[in-house]
Amino acid sequence: MRSAVRQGASVALATGLYGISFGALSVVAGVSVPQTMALSLLLFSGGSQFALIGVVAAGGSPVAAVATSTLLGARNTLYGAVVAPLLGVRGWRRLAAAQLTIDESTAVAVGQREPAATRAGFWVTGIGVFVLWNAFTLLGALAGDALGDPRAWGLDAAAGAAFLALVWPRLAARRAQVVAALAVAVTAALIPVAPAGIPVLAAAAVAIAVGVLATPRTPSERAEGA
Amino acid sequence: MTTTVLWVTVIAASLLSFGLKLAGHLIPEHWLATDRVQRTSTLVTVALLVSLVVVQTFADGQALVVDARVPALAVAAVALALRAPFILVVVLAAATAAGLRALGWG
Repeated sequence: MRSAVRQGASVALATGLYGISFGALSVVAGVSVPQTMALSLLLFSGGSQFALIGVVAAGGSPVAAVATSTLLGARNTLYGAVVAPLLGVRGWRRLAAAQLTIDESTAVAVGQREPAATRAGFWVTGIGVFVLWNAFTLLGALAGDALGDPRAWGLDAAAGAAFLALVWPRLAARRAQVVAALAVAVTAALIPVAPAGIPVLAAAAVAIAVGVLATPRTPSERAEGA
Repeated sequence: MTTTVLWVTVIAASLLSFGLKLAGHLIPEHWLATDRVQRTSTLVTVALLVSLVVVQTFADGQALVVDARVPALAVAAVALALRAPFILVVVLAAATAAGLRALGWG
């Protein structure tokens, strides 16, 4: 259980720190400091937050921004279904657990062997990321406001790097690599002809089609985590 | 987007995000335990993130361009392959683009 706490704390620190890049990119995208804080406090899911401000920065429609953010957040439903029986909480604690259900808290929780360590890992990671992510978002937002031209600081390139870092650990499986290649092709083909936000949603639609139509995994693929 | 529209966007996305999280805590686990649901969810996440990489790196409005963001992304990929932490990856990418622009390219 002590190792679960230590693990959760280090994950929280590492994740919280890149709240700086979210805060800075968000205000640079034209989202105000209070709106940026609302995203980190209320939406609280890194990938969805970066996606939403990305669509806003590109001049996309509100519907495209909400749709992209929501599709990216759909995996949190799966995480919730996985961690809920492990946590066994009711009432307001269940609402808190739901809000803290993200990549990091789920990963640390399911990585533990003992039930007590699982619960400790979830709560330490979830609360730790929440507090630090919000603190560093504020820092980044205030710094971003003072920076001036974002391009001179390379902040536009930082956004692409942030998404690449988020997807990197998910690209190990063969099927993920195929979908990634399809996503590149669909996005590049649609950018010149479709409104901002649509190329990203089209890539998601392709992934849904592949996921629904693909044949079940063979046992060897399953072992590789395909 | 106007301030009001942006607020509506922020609140709507936040409510939907929380609703998705809470739904996972409330529905029976076996409903989502099918291979197809898990596989599709994983692939949608990959597709969205990869697509966002492409948009953030190559789109300038509706044009596809190659500028300082492209070498910056390459530097980020090398850093990730070397298992650099997230914050370092982002900083290296920004520094690469900023450096190239300071030299007058991209």
